[in-house]
Amino acid sequence: MTTPLALRSDAEALAAPLPPLLAEAEHLATTVLLGDHGRRRAGTGDTFWQYRPAQPHDEARSIDWRRSARSDANFVQDKEWQIAQSIILWVDQAASMSFGSDDNLPTKAARARTLGLACAILLIRGGERVGLTGLRLPPRRGEAQLMQMAQLLSQEDTTDYGAPEAQGMLPHSRAFFISDFLGDIKPIEEALMRAADRGVGGALLQVLDPQEEAFPFDGRTIFESMSGAIQHETLKAGDLKTRYLDRLAERKDRLQHLARITGWQFQTHHTGQSATNALLWLYGALEHQR
Amino acid sequence: MWSLGPIGFAAPWLLLGLIALPILWILLRAVPPAPIRRRFPGVALLLGLTDDENQTDRTPWWLLLLRILAVAAAIIGFAGPVLNPQNAREGTGDLVILLDGSWAGAPAWQARIDRVDTLLSEAALAQRRAAVVNLNDLPVGTLPFAAPTDWQNRMPSIQPRPWQPANIVDWFAQTDSDFETYWISDGLDWDGRTDLLALLESRGNVTVFQTPRQNIGLRPARFEDGEVIVSATRSPIGNPLETAVTAIGLDPAGVERQLASVPLSFAPGEPVAETEIILPPELRNRITRFEITGTRSAGAVSLTDDALKRREVALIAGRDDREGLELLSPLFYLREALEPTADIIDGTLDDILLANPDVIILADVANLAGSEAESVLEWVENGGMLLRFAGPRLAASDQGRNAVDPLLPVRLRSGGRSVGGAMSWGEPKTLAPFADDSPFFGLAIPDDVSVTSQVMAQPDPTLADRVIAQLTDGTPLVTRSITGEGQIVLVHVTANAEWSSLPLSGLFVQMLERLAVSTRPASPDATELAGTTWLPNKVLDAYGRLEDGTALPGVAGEMLAEGTPSPTLLPGLYAGGDRQLAINVIGEETVLNVAAWPARIAIEGMDVVRETALKGWLLTATVMLLLIDVIASLAIGGRLKGPRADVAAALALALLWAPDVQAQTTEDFALRATSEVVLAHVLTGDTEIDDIAAAGLQGLSQTLFRRTSIEPAAPIGVNIESDELAFFPFLYWPVTADQPLPSREAYGKLNRYLRSGGMIMFDTRDADTARFGSGSPEGQRLQAIARSLDIPGIERIPPDHVLTRTFYLLQDFPGRYASRDVWVEAAPIDAQTVEGMPFRNLNDGVTPVIIGGNDWARAWAVDGNGRRMFPVGRGMSGERQREIALRFGVNVIMHVLTGNYKSDQVHVPDLLDRLGQ
Repeated sequence: MTTPLALRSDAEALAAPLPPLLAEAEHLATTVLLGDHGRRRAGTGDTFWQYRPAQPHDEARSIDWRRSARSDANFVQDKEWQIAQSIILWVDQAASMSFGSDDNLPTKAARARTLGLACAILLIRGGERVGLTGLRLPPRRGEAQLMQMAQLLSQEDTTDYGAPEAQGMLPHSRAFFISDFLGDIKPIEEALMRAADRGVGGALLQVLDPQEEAFPFDGRTIFESMSGAIQHETLKAGDLKTRYLDRLAERKDRLQHLARITGWQFQTHHTGQSATNALLWLYGALEHQR
Repeated sequence: MWSLGPIGFAAPWLLLGLIALPILWILLRAVPPAPIRRRFPGVALLLGLTDDENQTDRTPWWLLLLRILAVAAAIIGFAGPVLNPQNAREGTGDLVILLDGSWAGAPAWQARIDRVDTLLSEAALAQRRAAVVNLNDLPVGTLPFAAPTDWQNRMPSIQPRPWQPANIVDWFAQTDSDFETYWISDGLDWDGRTDLLALLESRGNVTVFQTPRQNIGLRPARFEDGEVIVSATRSPIGNPLETAVTAIGLDPAGVERQLASVPLSFAPGEPVAETEIILPPELRNRITRFEITGTRSAGAVSLTDDALKRREVALIAGRDDREGLELLSPLFYLREALEPTADIIDGTLDDILLANPDVIILADVANLAGSEAESVLEWVENGGMLLRFAGPRLAASDQGRNAVDPLLPVRLRSGGRSVGGAMSWGEPKTLAPFADDSPFFGLAIPDDVSVTSQVMAQPDPTLADRVIAQLTDGTPLVTRSITGEGQIVLVHVTANAEWSSLPLSGLFVQMLERLAVSTRPASPDATELAGTTWLPNKVLDAYGRLEDGTALPGVAGEMLAEGTPSPTLLPGLYAGGDRQLAINVIGEETVLNVAAWPARIAIEGMDVVRETALKGWLLTATVMLLLIDVIASLAIGGRLKGPRADVAAALALALLWAPDVQAQTTEDFALRATSEVVLAHVLTGDTEIDDIAAAGLQGLSQTLFRRTSIEPAAPIGVNIESDELAFFPFLYWPVTADQPLPSREAYGKLNRYLRSGGMIMFDTRDADTARFGSGSPEGQRLQAIARSLDIPGIERIPPDHVLTRTFYLLQDFPGRYASRDVWVEAAPIDAQTVEGMPFRNLNDGVTPVIIGGNDWARAWAVDGNGRRMFPVGRGMSGERQREIALRFGVNVIMHVLTGNYKSDQVHVPDLLDRLGQ
């Protein structure tokens, strides 16, 4: 039963992480200069591009009288062509992402959300439309969209491993997925294939904890997934290290391969590294494709 | 209490728990280490991986052993093990504790007192009356029974005495009640011991406490063939033993020093060891006593008296042109008479005077060259003895004829006389009995001594006083005059047998002895001592310490003749007339016998074996083993890696942490000490005192750094046993009452340090409660420490000492206390005030010691933040006192580093100016 009071407290608890998340994402975004984002040719847009002599097909109201008054010919003010791009993103919110090996390191989820939202902020500032996959939040512009996105990103999933949703992708738009990609690879494969079918390009960012790369364990150990649903017991964890690392490398290879055949880009990021690097790569990867 | 060897158990039944250990082994073996549960998202990648081998299913054996040991230690620990369990002595009725209390017990007196204390405590528990009796110091009345606790309070007054008990059975026989006896024996036999034992056994049970300790007695040194022979006897006789004998005497400045030290080794099975000391006569004559190094007992000290002294006698004859006529040589009889007991010097007068002999004998020398006569006279006035013999030359010369010759006691008539010869009338003259006031009084005159020729003295008002021996007709034979501190004696006959038969007789030798030309070869016998009274000069206590005996009553010569120390005849040095006689605890023939006890007497060791409860140690071991087990288990379970590794590492570190290792190598130490000026303090072993000394020197270093061009590095604590001292210009030595005495090597190092210009500042830190030289514990310790140090004569800092003006002008030397008792090396006696100068022209060099009790370190001390650590005085005056203390410190260091630079008179005008004079 939902009483107004409980609703209120739930909402506050939900909203609580938002400002810091936003602030952190904005903080990260400010570190990236937007650079040349215009189309570098005349078209519909808001900013001035050039003056050109008026052609007969130009309407009289489009003539820039101030410029024309300085010469005999009439001039028309061209605006720079600006086109809004739709970008959708998926940030894994499954339980596996909430792993952080050290108190000093952020959890993978925190890093993934920050990166996703920061990228969204940058894109919205660049005039693009940004949304989330799966019809939860269609691409739109503006600060309000960011607030909504932050709210949605703050939710957590209880399943062990997340799978991207390929729904809601506009044709020839762009997308990026942030996850640890440790779960079943089938859904990821499917999603990427569907995206490729629709001509959607983008980037895959794998966020891993340093411990997941190093596997510094030894002795008798029971490994559990974050929800505890999956368990694996070993008597000598140290012996598993090489085989685990082999499998991890295999998984990265697979993702790289997938990315290549679908025209996406793939990168691994560790929570121990600087977030800015990952953001720059992500932003560059999206920019690159245009 | 059930005991197993030296270990007893308070709760032995608990040991049955050890039976359970094998069961525990099996149980523990079956249980593998618990797995760790880890959250790990990468588990999806692990699925399907299997372990290569099945291991760690069971606990490894060494871990099992560790745990079993831990449990075993816990079980044994709780069973209450006690090392050396003491079963309380049982007994009822009165208890008498006897202490031999002779010098032999002195070295380990404290152990005896501790033993008695323990026995008294047990007696107190058993509610018995007790009496403690020192057999050497019997109390008045009968056995003084009292409560044991009373006796415990009185124990400090029971001290050993430097003699052996004798004839005390009667005293014990006064008491006819029954009592039990504990007899603390010194291990030496003495007269009447068995009688006393028989008496005591008739009264009750007797238990003897005795340790088989090596007692060494040093016999009086004797003179043999130009060597000093020292011998020592020991008991019990057994293994080879190495020890050393030290000869101690005064140096020319009057300070007691070690003059020589020789090793003395007892062969196995030999009761006596002997060694010779070869010393130049100058040193040998200064020896006042011999000591066995490192033994504090009266038996290990042997005082020397005149018997060891050999006077230096210079012989000069006027006539040495008759080569080959040995028996006619004027010196032949003198040489024969003196050689056994004196050192004879030959040579020219100038050379001889340089050697400063005790006696110069001029045999028939008439004239001395002018300068020679003057220097001989000066030597006589400074205490020399000039003995002249007449002869043809003297008779023929004009010496002393018309005027008084300062080198002759009387004026002489020309020519002399001959009697009883072929060409003269009369019979040869014999000697008249010696007068009362003559030094020869009492010597028997042989009948056959006759005089045929002599030189005659001019009648004179003073002549009668100067005659000390005369012939039967009243003509003087020996005359003497006192000149200055010395004397001039003229024998009116020749030193050979030409003029008289005196040199042929024994009387000649005795007369020479009486004139103190030669020394008496042997100690005087009883007849000679009869009727004389001797005054104690120095007396020995049982610990072998010399004490002033001048306040004690005189002793009859008969007692001295016995030579056995007793309550009425303390061992020591006795003076009678111009002679000194030493009474030593150990005589020439003394033999030390082990006190043998009949088999029926129970003999226990002296050691008080302390009960040591081992429970704490075992439980600590349990905890340590468990800690190791924790770490080992973590290692096996893989918990030492991964996220908790840091915790485990910290734990392991805490476990393996060891007290800081003395990592500083000698080289590091040398570099640290020499790369900059470093003030150093001697480590006393008392952490608090050492810290304060370091803080004090830190404060002084800071002050020096701020105010002067001396910029010292951080002070260093110096261990005098192991560290090199030569690096430090200055050592601050806080004296604590319980400081161990430095070893022999350390003393050697310290003495080298003092001689090579180092300075040690001794601080007894007790000027608030004690005066200098008084018996505060620190003061006594300082005396003990300084006894073997090469410290010159000291005096209180005189107002013109260079320390008063090396940097600041000071007249007070306060530390935390403001006592004026601060002592430095004494100025030489010949330092003289120059007219118009405020300071004497003092000695060169730096005073090697400053001794005081003002606790300077506390006044100087600063903590890590540079704040003063201890208050000084009150208010502003206190701060002023601290400032003066710091200034004194600055002056001391300046004095150490610049020597007597400020003592130079060049600075006088400036100093006068600053003093406002």
